[in-house]
Amino acid sequence: MNITTTTEQYIRERLTKGVREGGRDLFSFRNINLEVGRMPNAEGSAEINLGNTKVLVGIKLDVGEPMRDKPDEGSIMTGAELLPLAHHTYDAGPPSAEAVELARVVDRGIRAAGVIDLKKLFIEEEKAWNVFIDVYVLNYDGNLFDAATLAAVAALNTSKMPKYEDEKVVRENMGKLEISNICTSCTYAKVADTIILDTDGNEEDFSVARLTVANDEKAVRAMQKGLGGSFTTKELDTLVDTTFEKSKALRKIIQGIKGD
Amino acid sequence: MGNNKILAAVYGPREALPKHISDPDRAIIKCRYTMAPFSSLEEHGRPGMNRRAIEISKVTKEVFENVVLLDLFPGNEVSIFIEVLQSDGGTRAAGITCASVALAASGIPMRDMPYAVSVGKVGDTLILDMNKIEDNYSNADMPIAINPRMKEISLLQMDGELTPKQIHEGTEMVLKAGETISKLQREALRRPYEKVQEKYQASI
Repeated sequence: MNITTTTEQYIRERLTKGVREGGRDLFSFRNINLEVGRMPNAEGSAEINLGNTKVLVGIKLDVGEPMRDKPDEGSIMTGAELLPLAHHTYDAGPPSAEAVELARVVDRGIRAAGVIDLKKLFIEEEKAWNVFIDVYVLNYDGNLFDAATLAAVAALNTSKMPKYEDEKVVRENMGKLEISNICTSCTYAKVADTIILDTDGNEEDFSVARLTVANDEKAVRAMQKGLGGSFTTKELDTLVDTTFEKSKALRKIIQGIKGD
Repeated sequence: MGNNKILAAVYGPREALPKHISDPDRAIIKCRYTMAPFSSLEEHGRPGMNRRAIEISKVTKEVFENVVLLDLFPGNEVSIFIEVLQSDGGTRAAGITCASVALAASGIPMRDMPYAVSVGKVGDTLILDMNKIEDNYSNADMPIAINPRMKEISLLQMDGELTPKQIHEGTEMVLKAGETISKLQREALRRPYEKVQEKYQASI
């Protein structure tokens, strides 16, 4: 038995006419407001407002041992916290599968696109920089994947780089962290047999399938399908093409923001 | 699948526990993918769930939510356990192909029998079902699960570097491979009954 709520009916009816909340069409993003350097204690930070979704990303760099299988490289560690204040369904405690997936998808895009050249983070034998990317979800209203990826790349792109002197990390007169590439992502969802970009919280409640495509200028760098629904191969091809078109504007936003 | 040795077991439908996670409208699927600590060619791993295993369990669960007729068992759960005993690349895909047969063998009603396989890229060449050594030299990996009857994609992950054309070709390769994999799955399902039949025929 299926109970259709008023909200679901409203969303479905509007989607069949190709209309969405706020008057946007099926393949446009909500308003994006991205600010960097909001948390000056962190080496890098960015806060994004994607409609009513609010995500803060903080970057910290520390010196540690390289990974055992990559002794001549630094490392990236990405974590995501779905703070209990961000949504009524979020609970305190160890990261949920949802949070782990978010962190790993953001991480995968950044890693595969080579946003940071890990070889350049090597210091000396058994010493390398670890880059910590922490995604803090402050308010949930759908599409955390794109919000988090945008904020993380913007934060990295304007992050400072501490120095390593006399076996100590020095966080004074820091230079810039070197960035080798920029990647962004577009997340689509199937709601009532219609595919839409950048779902808000209500649309996400009724989504049956989700697809995140992360790319740079040249190629697709990471993908993740989520939820219990499915996509056809034709839909996949179309969404990959759409991503290249949509990502231009996203990349411009990141490139347009200069840190201090 | 090659040197992968994977066990899949299915329990249910049975009462969903703890009670608060049960859904009064349909059954829920639980999935746990784990790797044995001695399963890899490299160093000793830690038993149980790490972040990778949590993510794989989640996407695998979603594959089976797509095909199991959940509406038939409100308030119940179907648990799927995938244990990688020896790994040689593409274990999540092999685990799905395997669990799919386990579900069908246990008589759980499904609208399709999914299979999964990974497409990789070494240099500029797309290859199917990479083993660990190929994976170490690859610059892209794209595991895909398919519902063969409707040719729907129920799992898709990717990292590395692929052009839209390569993604298209990759999915075509996965669809083509499905003919073989689905056949092997059906044979595996039939095998225990054929043995019984042989025994029976020998006895009369």
